[in-house]
Amino acid sequence: MSEQKIDGFELKPGFKGMASDTGSDQTMFKGVHWGKAMMWIFLLSDTFVFSCFLISYMKGRGSTIVDWPNTSEVFSLHVGGVPVPLLLIAIMTFVLITSSGTMALAVKYGYEKNRKMCGWLILATAVGGLTFVGMQVFEWSKLIHEGVRPWGNPFGASQFGSFFFMITGFHGFHVSIGVIFLFIYTYKVFAGHYESKKRGWFTKMKGDYVEIEILGLYWHFVDLVWVFIFAFFYLW
Amino acid sequence: MSDEYDNNKSYQAQSSEVLDGSAGSINPDMDYVRPAEIPEQDLYHAHSFIQKWIFCQDAKVIGVQYFLTAVFTGIVGLILSWLMRLQLGFPELAGFMTAEHYYQFVTMHGMIMVVYFLTALFLGGFGNYLIPLMVGARDMVFPYVNMLSFWMFFVAVAVLMASFFVPGGPTGAGWTLYPPQTILEGTPGSGMGILLMLISLSLFVIGFTMGGLNYMITILQARTRGMTLMRMPLTVWGIFTATVLAMLAFPALLVSAIMMTLDKVLQTSFFMPTILKAGEVLEYGGGSPILFQHLFWFFGHPEVYIVALPAFGIVSDLISVHARKNIFGYRMMVWAIVGIGGLSFFVWAHHMYVSGMNPWFGFFFATTTLIIAVPTAMKVYNWILTLWRGNIRINTVMLWCLGFIVTFVNGGITGIFLGNVSVDVPLSDTYFVIAHFHMVMGIAPLMVIMGAVYHWFPLVAGKMLHEGLGKWHFWITFLGAYSIYFPMHYLGFIGVPRRYFEMYDSPYMTSAVGMNEFISIAAFIVGAAQFILVFNIIKTLKTGKKAEQNPWKANSLEWYTSTVPPEHGNFGERLPVVHRWPYDFSVPGAKDDFIPQTTAPSEVANTEVEKT
Repeated sequence: MSEQKIDGFELKPGFKGMASDTGSDQTMFKGVHWGKAMMWIFLLSDTFVFSCFLISYMKGRGSTIVDWPNTSEVFSLHVGGVPVPLLLIAIMTFVLITSSGTMALAVKYGYEKNRKMCGWLILATAVGGLTFVGMQVFEWSKLIHEGVRPWGNPFGASQFGSFFFMITGFHGFHVSIGVIFLFIYTYKVFAGHYESKKRGWFTKMKGDYVEIEILGLYWHFVDLVWVFIFAFFYLW
Repeated sequence: MSDEYDNNKSYQAQSSEVLDGSAGSINPDMDYVRPAEIPEQDLYHAHSFIQKWIFCQDAKVIGVQYFLTAVFTGIVGLILSWLMRLQLGFPELAGFMTAEHYYQFVTMHGMIMVVYFLTALFLGGFGNYLIPLMVGARDMVFPYVNMLSFWMFFVAVAVLMASFFVPGGPTGAGWTLYPPQTILEGTPGSGMGILLMLISLSLFVIGFTMGGLNYMITILQARTRGMTLMRMPLTVWGIFTATVLAMLAFPALLVSAIMMTLDKVLQTSFFMPTILKAGEVLEYGGGSPILFQHLFWFFGHPEVYIVALPAFGIVSDLISVHARKNIFGYRMMVWAIVGIGGLSFFVWAHHMYVSGMNPWFGFFFATTTLIIAVPTAMKVYNWILTLWRGNIRINTVMLWCLGFIVTFVNGGITGIFLGNVSVDVPLSDTYFVIAHFHMVMGIAPLMVIMGAVYHWFPLVAGKMLHEGLGKWHFWITFLGAYSIYFPMHYLGFIGVPRRYFEMYDSPYMTSAVGMNEFISIAAFIVGAAQFILVFNIIKTLKTGKKAEQNPWKANSLEWYTSTVPPEHGNFGERLPVVHRWPYDFSVPGAKDDFIPQTTAPSEVANTEVEKT
């Protein structure tokens, strides 16, 4: 933001700059698009949602009377008869983190007004997200096949299935919403809606490439949450 | 201008702080305000009836929609309280009511009043109407999302009301919905009732999140030129801080609602321990009911301040305008609001002293709870000091404000009783608790709502509410509310438990009966008195006297719109430019006893205005 110019206002670095921005009129976050500020605050609220889920999980796991299932066995894949722990999760995580990379590039090309490149990269991100959701469906069906249910499982404490399906399900729901929007924005970018200043279908507002960055913020957040879920479910 | 300059110089020596303009001189730049850094908002002007009045994107219409829906639920809550009081005071007249009905009414009354009435009214109603007007914006920053927010709330209310008509009726688990009993057979409404309640709460949270993002971004990023955070009316500060609280506290409610829905529908055991029922072990096991209480109160306590902070903000503005005096200690008031908001996240377990948690926890939470009394007391002192030597106008609005201060101090003091573990434990689950929270977060915010309705009605409808009816409304409500809740403190001290359908042959039977009858009669009268306001509004809309622009001679921007009531876009061709805070009342040397926020410093250069 430092290279940005605000008419009649001096942007200072550091804590002093933050104080002078806060004390000024009109905007608190200088030069920040409304939608972008909104997404940050929404993500803060969503962080609280996931924190509540994960803290409940920690509490639930800590206070069960029955032993927790051995996660490195439950989540392992059999390759040629040999159980490989964390294999599927490693691939899923790799795909999701890679999609974060393509998303970041899409934002960069968007701001450079490179419409084609931006569109392809958003599409790549969407495909990455879709692959992730697909692998999650595979994992869920494998576990369900082995007898894991939200209300009980053959490996140990019944809360294992409850928390696993609820939290990965809630995360998968976030990814799915993201994928839907990624496809919509792929269309919008390829159709050149930002160049023609076409108004949105519902909101009747004109768009801008900043929307790609806002979507990117959401996507990176969903990836970050996955890292925590990964650590708490698969490594603990 | 030059002799004015000389006059200025003489008193500038006494106080350089109170002078507008940097060196006491009228320099040509003293009216300078930075150019606009945000472009004009792109507004979608609706043309059809449906888009103008139903799926409307104008924050003012959405505010009124929120207000009316919330008032509807409030009236339902009021009727439920009448039925409860009928049973408690005159059980022989309430033969149609079973114990199950009573618990259902208790539960629905609590949930409706706290979430669907007060929260929606303050944030959805007053927030939507006042925020854009007070900060000088054309509308909320995301009008479409704002419209969705209201309709999500509307669906949440519809789902809640639908639970009255499903088999088994609404849930009767108490508004705190504690598991395991909430979803076990034997509790009224443990089937469809609780399910609809949880769905409705989830919808409410989603809808509120949409609205809350709007309020926050409008306040942070869409203020008009010259409007700094420290020039905002306290109403906006109160609503803003409450919205921040809501954005961080509602997630806990959403999560606990989702988990309990799963416990109900899929037989998971998040909150359900091993349970024996009629000698049989249920399928549940291994869950933690205390976890629900922590999640619920992590939402529930900030929720109290979500209701209280907008009330604090609004009442500060009303007192200042109607006492014709600037608010005492504006900055302290702002920091007190923010401080109360921050502290409210560290006190939740004071609702759980008897839940069996570690006593050291109780010690910690008692300490934080009592610390909250400090900023709260600061606010009360500041309201009183604002009144002190003010040019007080005893009109309806001021009466409600004074009523608020008294009730709030009352409820606050009993809060200090209950914040201490050793006092709370014997008083837990008695009528003392009922009296405390109804005083502090029921009646007190309600007084502010009433004051705010009388204050802003001329803006919304362009007509003045009838003063005489307003005073009747106030006195019946004020005296009546005290008649209801003062005796309840006594009932609590003699040990009458709350949420009991009937007292049977308890030892306190004799002294409690007469008092319960008295309370019930007062409750019927106070409830009925609220319809004076409904009548007043209908009468005023039909035959009321037309309001002039800015009838109260206030300074804040909502009174300086291009038309009254304000049209879509609020301020006509040009947005207002702000030069000062909204509290320049009775400024020495000024022509009028008020200086609007839009008045340029050079126009009032020889007056003693505060530097803001």
